[in-house]
Amino acid sequence: MTETIISIKNLHAHIDEDGKPREILKGLNLEIKAGEVHAIMGPNGSGKSTLSKVLAGHPDYEVTEGSIEFHGKNLLELEPDARANSGLFLAFQYPVEIPGVNNLSFLRMSYNSKQKYLGKEEMDPLDFDDFIEEKINILKMNTSFLDRNLNEGFSGGEKKKNEILQMLVLNPSLAILDETDSGLDIDALRIVADGINTYKSSKNAVLLITHYQRLLDYVQPDFVHVLAGGVIQQTGDKNLALELEKSGYAVSK
Amino acid sequence: MIDTNLEKLQSQQYKYGFQTNIEAETFPKGLSEHIVLKISEKKNDPEFLKEFRLNAYKQFQKMQNPHWSNVHFPEIDFQDIIYYSAPKKKEAKQNLDEVDPEILRTYEKLGIPITEQKRLEGIAVDAIFDSVSVANTHKKALLEIGVIFCSISEAIREYPELIKKYLGTVVPHSDNYYSALNGAVFSDGTFIYIPPNTRCPIELSTNFRINTEGSGQFERTLIVCDSNSYVSYLEGCTAPAFDTNQLHAAVVELIAMDNAEIKYSTVQNWYAGDENGKGGIFNFVTKRGKCLGNNSKISWTQVETGSAVTWKYPSCILQGDNSVGEFFSVALTNNLQQADTGTKMIHIGKNTKSTIVSKGISAGKSENTYRGLVKILPSATNAKNYTQCDSMLIGAKSMANTTPYIEVGNNSSSVEHEASTSKISEDQLFYLQQRGISTEDAISTIISGFCKDVFKELPGEFAAEANQLMSLKLENSVG
Repeated sequence: MTETIISIKNLHAHIDEDGKPREILKGLNLEIKAGEVHAIMGPNGSGKSTLSKVLAGHPDYEVTEGSIEFHGKNLLELEPDARANSGLFLAFQYPVEIPGVNNLSFLRMSYNSKQKYLGKEEMDPLDFDDFIEEKINILKMNTSFLDRNLNEGFSGGEKKKNEILQMLVLNPSLAILDETDSGLDIDALRIVADGINTYKSSKNAVLLITHYQRLLDYVQPDFVHVLAGGVIQQTGDKNLALELEKSGYAVSK
Repeated sequence: MIDTNLEKLQSQQYKYGFQTNIEAETFPKGLSEHIVLKISEKKNDPEFLKEFRLNAYKQFQKMQNPHWSNVHFPEIDFQDIIYYSAPKKKEAKQNLDEVDPEILRTYEKLGIPITEQKRLEGIAVDAIFDSVSVANTHKKALLEIGVIFCSISEAIREYPELIKKYLGTVVPHSDNYYSALNGAVFSDGTFIYIPPNTRCPIELSTNFRINTEGSGQFERTLIVCDSNSYVSYLEGCTAPAFDTNQLHAAVVELIAMDNAEIKYSTVQNWYAGDENGKGGIFNFVTKRGKCLGNNSKISWTQVETGSAVTWKYPSCILQGDNSVGEFFSVALTNNLQQADTGTKMIHIGKNTKSTIVSKGISAGKSENTYRGLVKILPSATNAKNYTQCDSMLIGAKSMANTTPYIEVGNNSSSVEHEASTSKISEDQLFYLQQRGISTEDAISTIISGFCKDVFKELPGEFAAEANQLMSLKLENSVG
């Protein structure tokens, strides 16, 4: 039997707005198995980004009801760093700049945090150089990229590629990509898609959050969901995305 | 929500807060001409130095404690301070076998081996314990190339001409209240002289240790770097954790001749008081360098992490043409610590240049002020200054201030000032945590990134040490 990577049941979550809670997710259900690619589409403000942040454990959001099992364990009990080290990865829609922090050192620190968490041996700087070079070639990035400070002064496209590079380095079991395709030109989109396809295997899963069908031309989804009003309104195969592209979200109503 | 976590930030227990049990010769508390004379007598001062002290004391009596800074502290009772306390046995030892083993152990605990067998290779140490220098390494080897590195007491005896010529020429008694006090009661410190055409081959350093409760430390450092010479010097400071405040009022004078360069680095980790602000050192220090010669350069790097109150402005007087002054500073305050620190760059010579990079980090309920003066005199044609002041706030209860003063006296000069204030952002923390990095490591990563431009100025392994120190200071019970 294929392993269930994540199982989300009746998920309710809210954010504090001026001291008042506003519920954004209102009973969301989703199950993702190993080897699957899921795409979540939906109008602005429907809760797509909220879902990704709740899964990653962002402190601004509070889960009020429901459950999330990740590899059979209660994800909600884990701190954000423990979730990451257990194999949950979020490629951010807007990766933050961290001035003065060297990109390469950060990547190694991140990789070794996971190794340590899993009780595995940490990688020394020399081995890591070889390891990272292989990954960076997949994304056709220049190695000078590694000497820069983490996302500092990166273009929009460079930031997104850096997210995919981190995904390749950490090799998570669930990669959540929050609008990674937004703001990419067609060449960059292809490279990012190549990165995702390289990563994808029968043992892991991908959750793509996107507004556009075009990424799905390169990364074939097994399921397409429409998220609206805080719940999954409709689920279909990749043809649903094509339909949505043509006629908008009205079809899902 | 991370903010609430950050509020729990507490400095890790201060590692150097122990006191050494040692028999000391201690003067009674209080300040008077009699005490000044007793110190002078104790130190076997030559006549010129005795007068130097008495003049300073007269000056001090005429002055008032200044109140213009952003730091707040109870009135200091100068009659409640011990002005001289020294471990029994004599002063600076030629032979370290004579040093009290209890003191040797203290320095080992501090991570500063001073015995000949264990001394560090690339660095010479002058160890100042309360009021006196207790050990000084590498002295002989340095003398062979003409470099004088000794306690100032020894220099006063052995090289009175040099002392007479330079002492008090950069920071006169009348400069300020605490420099006047220091002039009257200073009991030891470090003296360095680098002869012409000499690059000092190793780092020279002083480790300051306050040990006796109720005693103040008043040391005097004088560094003279002659033509075409170079020296890199660094100082470290620690003290036991006492409930009462202690005063540390030092004076540091640097003099650079033609083409000379002095690099002066400080890692200050005095006891900062507890999380309720009880105890800790009042660190009121006057540090100033004079670029006397043409093409000379003085560079200050400071990492200020300790003390209950820090009040200091390492400055440069750029007198020689084409001389260069630099100031790189990281000031970290946590709990109830206060810091008012910065620099003064006084441009007198032509084509003089100064660079100021200041990074202030405030956590807890602390208050951190950058205060700086860039003054370009009419004579300083084509002078240039670049200033960058960045403040970072951790949590919601800390405070950061930036107070730059700029006076430009000619129209061929240029002054640039950039300032920023940021909060350690929840998004930055979350980003790093999402990459598997713990909250604590995430905070120290962000902080060391923020301080990078300053840390890279520190010599060798001290950059790593400073990084570690910052993490320790912010280490918390989160997670």
